[in-house]
Amino acid sequence: MSVTGTEPDATWRRLSARMLLVHPVRELGRFVPALVGLVVAGRAVGDGQFWWFGPLGVVGIIGLSVLRWATTRYRITPEQVQLRTGLLQRKTIATPADRVRSVDVTASPLHRLLGLAKVDIGTGSHDPGSGMSLDSLTAAEAAALRAELLHRSAVVTFDAPDAVTLGAVPAGDPVTPGGHDIELARLDPRWVRFAPFTMSGVLGAAAILGIGSRLFDQLGVSAGDVGPVRGALDHLERTPIWLDVIEGLVVVVALVTVLSIGGYVLSYWGFRLSRHAQGSLHITRGLLTTRATSIEERRLRGLELAEPLLLRAVHAARLSGITTGLRSSGAAGGGSSLLLPPAPRAVAWEVAGQILRDAAPVVVPLTAHGPAARRRRFVRALLSAFVLVAAAAVAISTGAPLWLGVAAIVTVPVSAMLAADRYRSLGHALSGNALVTRQGSLGRRRDVLECDGIIGWNLRQTFFQRRAGLATLTATTAAGRQRYAVTDVPLAMALSLGNLALPGLLGDFLTPAPSPRI
Amino acid sequence: MQLRDPAHLVSPRAVAFWTLRAVPGWFLVLVGQSIWWLGAQDLGGLRVAALALTVLFATAHLIVMPRWRYRVHRWEVTHDAVYTQSGWLSQERRIAPISRVQTVDIARGPIEQLFSLANVTVTTASAAGPLRIQGLDRATAESLVAELTEVTSHSEGDAT
Repeated sequence: MSVTGTEPDATWRRLSARMLLVHPVRELGRFVPALVGLVVAGRAVGDGQFWWFGPLGVVGIIGLSVLRWATTRYRITPEQVQLRTGLLQRKTIATPADRVRSVDVTASPLHRLLGLAKVDIGTGSHDPGSGMSLDSLTAAEAAALRAELLHRSAVVTFDAPDAVTLGAVPAGDPVTPGGHDIELARLDPRWVRFAPFTMSGVLGAAAILGIGSRLFDQLGVSAGDVGPVRGALDHLERTPIWLDVIEGLVVVVALVTVLSIGGYVLSYWGFRLSRHAQGSLHITRGLLTTRATSIEERRLRGLELAEPLLLRAVHAARLSGITTGLRSSGAAGGGSSLLLPPAPRAVAWEVAGQILRDAAPVVVPLTAHGPAARRRRFVRALLSAFVLVAAAAVAISTGAPLWLGVAAIVTVPVSAMLAADRYRSLGHALSGNALVTRQGSLGRRRDVLECDGIIGWNLRQTFFQRRAGLATLTATTAAGRQRYAVTDVPLAMALSLGNLALPGLLGDFLTPAPSPRI
Repeated sequence: MQLRDPAHLVSPRAVAFWTLRAVPGWFLVLVGQSIWWLGAQDLGGLRVAALALTVLFATAHLIVMPRWRYRVHRWEVTHDAVYTQSGWLSQERRIAPISRVQTVDIARGPIEQLFSLANVTVTTASAAGPLRIQGLDRATAESLVAELTEVTSHSEGDAT
């Protein structure tokens, strides 16, 4: 607070002028394909009298950056955070200071080189236009702003709703690691070994291949004409097909390993999770681009403990928070609500217990959903496998190669194994005022959702679920994924679970006698 | 333990509404088949069979679905909760506490206006939880909205 304490609060502040060095570089990077197109177009049309197309594009982008810097202002009044943008279409976004739910500080390598950082202020609204992004402030300004906003919202909400006491906020930066900040987890470099078992490596490899082929397209070069690729293709043509397959697998595994380890190190290097005494969790991470995220604990409604099949095989797991006001944790590990990157399961479980201040929901044994649910898992898995086999049989009868049938038949035992695992994963519990539900095999997840965060029930029964006496009970919530389902649970069990988790809500509608179902 | 059905049925005119609403979809399928009929030279038997199947399924769907829905679609508002039931093959019951209700909307689509029906949507802070009551009599819908507005105005908190 030392920086902001000395300056008057309600003056309009500008972004750092150094952003003029960041924006054009980044925008140029983004528009490289378009610029190349412009230059090519300028060359192609006429006898080169349109050579100025390219430079014009560059000048335009730089001009836009200057304009953005000149027209963007922000200020923080005791009640509001305000952001003004636009030249022709002036726009002012104002957010009540106590609605600020997250303040993320991000610095890309370019930002860090120039001593800058980008500040994203989240307000928890689903409306995409309501968030604020200040790109860029100096690193010191950004840190101070983050401290100021988080501190303020905590003070306003917890202690004093009136602005008078705001001036009397005790000095001392509440956000930077200091005396009253307890470390919950820190990256152990050995965790990098889990990286190849995440999907990010596979996706990274796919992305690189995609970008590569697009680049070749843009340059109008056929990939087969490039020396090394040409050589590899020649080699593949000379060798038998089984050797090609093995070589291909080795190359893919090596690529995925290297990329995923690179991705893990880039995203999570220096990862540190800590709890501040004022009731918020702080996460800092990143090797080149650094990120600092804060989650107020009163916005935290629970945790997602993700243990996808591959991670489970090496006894690892990942943690995300179920919070109101942050983007959904859909993206694997990339979302703002990440609380722990892939780490040993024992560590993940312990950190989860510390975050929840109660280890019970994390370790409590789950109630299984019974034989009908197991049957449903197998029927669903085997049905699709048999459809595949039938399709392969038809294809072979019309002249498709025989290995297609072998591949289709292999899916039958694999599906059965998946079904068995899916049933093993299925379960629920009520523990420590939290609803615990687990499901999935390839993407198994144990969700711990505070009962206070549940704002309604959806009880869904398909035709086949009704015949099997099962139902899917979904707890709706304003946080995280918005819905957390207890899948294929016997109806009576679903009702008693719902009734225990939110006492009183279902009570009016429960009857001992069976009602006729249609 | 059983969950009883919500107390109130929707308007009987909803049967006609659901029937009429399902007609355009089947009409599109028929148009597609007619184009195939005009374009193809042979496969006469297959075309006749496909058309017969379509007509059969359409008739069954248009007769069964609306009546089935009418028996399933129900709603109830108590002092503490809103409770709805909807669907036919797949059925869903949704329950939300009054204290978590954020908005109450009433809407009338063109087909609904034809039958002077309305639908009421009750939203909570969760993107997963809107409760929708289709096929309400217009007067019932309006008094329901008035009642919900009255009840929710007494509850406090930001409903998250």
